[in-house]
Amino acid sequence: MANLSDERSAQGKHLAAAARKYGALLVLIVMIAANAAITPNFLKAGTLWNIIIQSCTIILTGMGMTMVISSGGIDISVGSMMAVGSMAAAKLLPLGLAPAILLSLALCLLMGAFTGFMIAKLRLQPMIMTLTMMMALRGGAQVMNNAMLLYINDARFAMIGNYKISGALPLQTFVVLVAVLAVYFIMEKMSLGRYIQSVGDNPHSSRLAGINTVRTIIIVYMFSAFFAGVTGIIETSRLSAADGNAIGRLAEMDAIAAVAVGGTSMLGGRAHVLGTIVGALIMQLITISVNMNNIPFELAQVIKAAVIIVAVFLQREKAR
Amino acid sequence: MYYASGGECEKVEKELLLDMKGIDKIFPEVHALRGVDFVVRKGEVHALMGENGAGKSTLIKVLTGIYEKDGGSITFDGGEISPRNPLEAQHAGISAIYQELNLVPFLPVYENIFVGREPVTRLRIVNREEMARRADEVLGDMGIRIDVTEPLNSYSMAIQQMVAIARAITINAKLVIMDEPTSSLDTKEVKVLFSVVRRLVEKGIAVIFISHRLDEVFEVAERVTVLKDGQLVGEFKVSELDQLKLVSHMIGREAKDMERKKFDYRYADAEELAVMRNIRQGVRLSGIDIDVKKGEILGLAGLLGSGRTELAKILFGAEIPDGGEILFMGRGMRLKAPKDAIDAGMGFCTEDRKIEGAIPHLSVRENITIAMLPQICRFGVVSGKKQDETVRRFIERLDIKTPSPNQTMRNLSGGNQQKVLLSRWLCLNPKLVILDEPTRGIDVGTKAEIENLIQELSNTGISVLMISSEIAELERNCDRVAVMREGRKLGELTGADISQNKIMELIAQGHRKFGEKECA
Repeated sequence: MANLSDERSAQGKHLAAAARKYGALLVLIVMIAANAAITPNFLKAGTLWNIIIQSCTIILTGMGMTMVISSGGIDISVGSMMAVGSMAAAKLLPLGLAPAILLSLALCLLMGAFTGFMIAKLRLQPMIMTLTMMMALRGGAQVMNNAMLLYINDARFAMIGNYKISGALPLQTFVVLVAVLAVYFIMEKMSLGRYIQSVGDNPHSSRLAGINTVRTIIIVYMFSAFFAGVTGIIETSRLSAADGNAIGRLAEMDAIAAVAVGGTSMLGGRAHVLGTIVGALIMQLITISVNMNNIPFELAQVIKAAVIIVAVFLQREKAR
Repeated sequence: MYYASGGECEKVEKELLLDMKGIDKIFPEVHALRGVDFVVRKGEVHALMGENGAGKSTLIKVLTGIYEKDGGSITFDGGEISPRNPLEAQHAGISAIYQELNLVPFLPVYENIFVGREPVTRLRIVNREEMARRADEVLGDMGIRIDVTEPLNSYSMAIQQMVAIARAITINAKLVIMDEPTSSLDTKEVKVLFSVVRRLVEKGIAVIFISHRLDEVFEVAERVTVLKDGQLVGEFKVSELDQLKLVSHMIGREAKDMERKKFDYRYADAEELAVMRNIRQGVRLSGIDIDVKKGEILGLAGLLGSGRTELAKILFGAEIPDGGEILFMGRGMRLKAPKDAIDAGMGFCTEDRKIEGAIPHLSVRENITIAMLPQICRFGVVSGKKQDETVRRFIERLDIKTPSPNQTMRNLSGGNQQKVLLSRWLCLNPKLVILDEPTRGIDVGTKAEIENLIQELSNTGISVLMISSEIAELERNCDRVAVMREGRKLGELTGADISQNKIMELIAQGHRKFGEKECA
């Protein structure tokens, strides 16, 4: 009897370990299977494409958020940063397409560097610092066009969010692919990625191991701001209008949820870049399946919350 | 294990207040307390002594309900208790005053004394006048006269501590525990504290006094209980002890199962690698000179709080001194961060592996190579080949027991984690390695391995600066030992002169020497 229960508990441990490792993937698969069964037209290629295309926003912002959270911080200014990138690009468009994009991204990088500096050097709480940035940047984006919608009539700019390579692959999925590969490479193959994870895991040890923790944290917030800017520009192009009020509203929440569901510890440390993608797909899949089943939006939020809790629960570290 | 005072004479003495018997506390990795007995009598000041990790704070935490005991019994004031949280302990009459005071700094003094138990009027409104009046009274009884309506943080640390004590008195504490109450006080403030302690005792309240400063224990305590490695060494009457005896009880002598490595001092004419001149930092270090010669093992001996770790951190650039000069290989250094020291050729294994060493959720591989990444990177890309090669070499050389280099650091045992951290520095080919308590919390077998490795390093010309609370360990391994006490260097011993007795004598004499200076 004793042996049997030992075996069972050993099996239980394996299962728990597997759930912790692949919890998010498991939830994704279950959701796809459930949708395939109940949602009409779900398995059509068009639907699947839609999920992938529409999850681009969450994946892109989620990449920056993965780096930030891995470094032991958090960035809730992402949505407002998107609005700044969007507005700045739209305003600067008369200078030409490339200068407009580059200058607006440079502005985002500068703002990100400022955020990082305040957090790393002046030791402000990441939550508070990025909260104030969230307010300041949103306000700034609105002020840029007197809180009004700015319509854009530029065919080339419109291509960023709407052009499909050889008529099928949207340009933005390509951008997302490059971003994911870059972040994966940084986090897994470069010294910077190790510094980020190390600083997030134990800042004391990291400093004593010779890591420039201040520089590392500043870089992380610059990445987050950069990806937010890129996302903002893509959104603006899709809509052919820059809206300082609406663009990126609550985007930071989706990004944080994707990272959490993806298995990166909220306390910092080991980053799960690919997990964030799974997390982003889950978030988007919920939205789409709710839409296709005519469930009201309000209820969708509740379902989202429930799925996040299940996924995070499966991967939680065993309480001490 | 032995007891200084016989059972017979105790009967005529003060009545027992607290009787802890056979207390056991087991944590996942360590057996923190093994059958510890601890007795406090009514109206006595009882010092609890022992080096770091001896189990003092664990014992206190069991007593105050922060930890649950795994065995043994606690009898307090005639009845058995087993408090499950500090509040229950407080109700029983046990109050603890911690190093970090758990008071509310911006509230007035009187509110701090009565917070949570405010006297109220008939309308259930907080009666501030009553509170202020009673606060005045309690503090007045202790000989403290201050304006109790001022916020707490407008007063000195000493007064704040008095307020904490006043709070304990008003909840009718029979036993007050003071954990390092003097660590942030100056000499005058300590005197005030002690006079308050004596008043408490006159009222029949017992005080458990935890301090690392020997002088204070001799001044204020009646008895002392010494713990070592989670076990009781014994209970002694302070009047029957001297400092040397107390130090040797605290540090203990381990069985000589490990051999002493060397006797001759061969480095008298060796070139100086690192020189620290007149290093000062706050109250921790008051002008220290230390030099490390090429290839020698220099030990730093002293009790906790003597400034050894602070000195090491300054040499490694982890802390900036208030004043003084550091030379490394003859060049003046201005160390702003550990990175500067690492670039110069130093490595530092810290005392607290968990907080200042391990990167717990990353792999053994990353933990070994984190400091050497700049050397194995090209354009920021880590060479996986060089990394794996280094990791394999050190796992083999130090015999690190890990299922694979990908194993998460925190899953390793203490000894193997220490080996990983040693590897982190050795793979940089350093000129100087600083080891702060390199064998603390490590089993005997691994300990011997690490000691052998230290000798090996010295033989290949690497200098070692070694800090250890275990004097036997310094005796076995060091070419030279510098003895510190309260931020000063008391003297140095070399070669065959290094012995546990001589080191302990130096530590114990230190107080007399400086005492005389003060008088003159």
